[in-house]
Amino acid sequence: MDIRDNLRYATSHEWATEPDGGLVTVGISDYAQDQLGDVVYVELPEPGRKVAAGDAVAVVESVKTASDIYAPVSGTVEAVNEALVDTPEKINESPYGDGWLFRLRVEDASELRTLLDPDAYRRAAAEED
Amino acid sequence: MKRTPLYDTHVALGARMVEFAGWSMPVHYPSGIQQEHIAVRSDVGLFDVSHMGEIRVLGEDATKFLQFATLNDPGRLKLGRGQYNMLPNDRGGLIDDLYVYREKENEYLVVANAANVEPVLTQLRGLASDYACHVVDESSTWALMALQGPGSALLLGRVVDVDLTELRKNATVLTAVSGCPVKLSRTGYTGEDGFELFCHPTDAPIVWDVLGDEGALPCGLGARDTLRLEAGFPLYGHELTDSTNPLCTAFTWVVKDKPFYGRDAMWGRSCPRRLVGLKLEARGIARQGYRVFFEGRPVGEVSSGTLSPLTRESIAFAWVETPAGQEGTAIEVEIRGQRVAATVVSPPFFGQ
Repeated sequence: MDIRDNLRYATSHEWATEPDGGLVTVGISDYAQDQLGDVVYVELPEPGRKVAAGDAVAVVESVKTASDIYAPVSGTVEAVNEALVDTPEKINESPYGDGWLFRLRVEDASELRTLLDPDAYRRAAAEED
Repeated sequence: MKRTPLYDTHVALGARMVEFAGWSMPVHYPSGIQQEHIAVRSDVGLFDVSHMGEIRVLGEDATKFLQFATLNDPGRLKLGRGQYNMLPNDRGGLIDDLYVYREKENEYLVVANAANVEPVLTQLRGLASDYACHVVDESSTWALMALQGPGSALLLGRVVDVDLTELRKNATVLTAVSGCPVKLSRTGYTGEDGFELFCHPTDAPIVWDVLGDEGALPCGLGARDTLRLEAGFPLYGHELTDSTNPLCTAFTWVVKDKPFYGRDAMWGRSCPRRLVGLKLEARGIARQGYRVFFEGRPVGEVSSGTLSPLTRESIAFAWVETPAGQEGTAIEVEIRGQRVAATVVSPPFFGQ
């Protein structure tokens, strides 16, 4: 299970970067993509949408199932990964890279601290497995 | 959770194991559902379907009994042949869909869905009490594998001692793989040429390895589902249930004109809804339970849906009110609150 040390994680398996110029990038973890299997369809939020932490903002569908993706922190959708519309398999191939989902402009960076650190997420994922 | 004789093989291959009908089964291997699906359409794939139930029906009245208990007519089968069949209840619905093989004049092997083995046994035993025949549960004495795909005959021909060109669809033959006795049947659930191999549970890992070493790609239940859906085959629990009338589907051909259990209830029911195929005209995947709309009003719901790994089109089965079920009708599927355009089509969803 590939868990990156430079990211924070939600219990619902999204990852978020530390804010960079107020922007947080969000995706799903390697564990999550492995659980889902082949991703074949992605529904992304409209840029400009204001979201609260815990809101269902995107949908990732594998062959077998549809999964809601929740905003790990509050903010405004600044950008979405349009490339996923035609190549959703990037989420499987590169969950922490080309498979990113969207970027949020955050107002309260301290919200990130409510997320799991890599060790806590590793334990959470191991428990689920 | 029950394990098939191939459980250790699946784990060693890195399969993702899931619970299915009380069994721990591989949903896919590291290759993934799509690659497994494509392997079956273009080459050859190998499935463990040992979770399915095998029930032997034998005795003087076995033919007469099965002619009454099931919708198709096993009496029409030549010895060694198999047929798709259904087990009706007394309300015009189905207890299960089945494959029935005639092994002798009055001896049959019935293959039932894993989830329905108990209800099928209960029904058959209940009805058999009026006939001179026995119903024997042989589920734990058989391992079952499916070798499927356009390359399956060539592959299998390298490891068995029979001329497979002589083995017609739905025919069976007794042979051996690597010394292991195998009952071979030219059947499957993928819409491709293929074989099903019944063998002794302890021999299953040997047979599996021989076929794998010859180049068959291990495939899980995920690909089994996308393949059958693309081929337009129903799955019990989705398209067929205890309350769905097969006369309201494209599988009416199974129901033969003869006396059978629950016949009056089945023929007495009209078809307010019909089972149809759908193709989405826009992005999205229609999942089981999603509502279907025609001229702005709800007319039914999706029973199975997926993105076809082969055509990349979004396909589904749905039960819809009969007027909306005409081929070519423009309807809509509600996906997370959004209505997505779809067209009623006639399965199979590929190769037309």
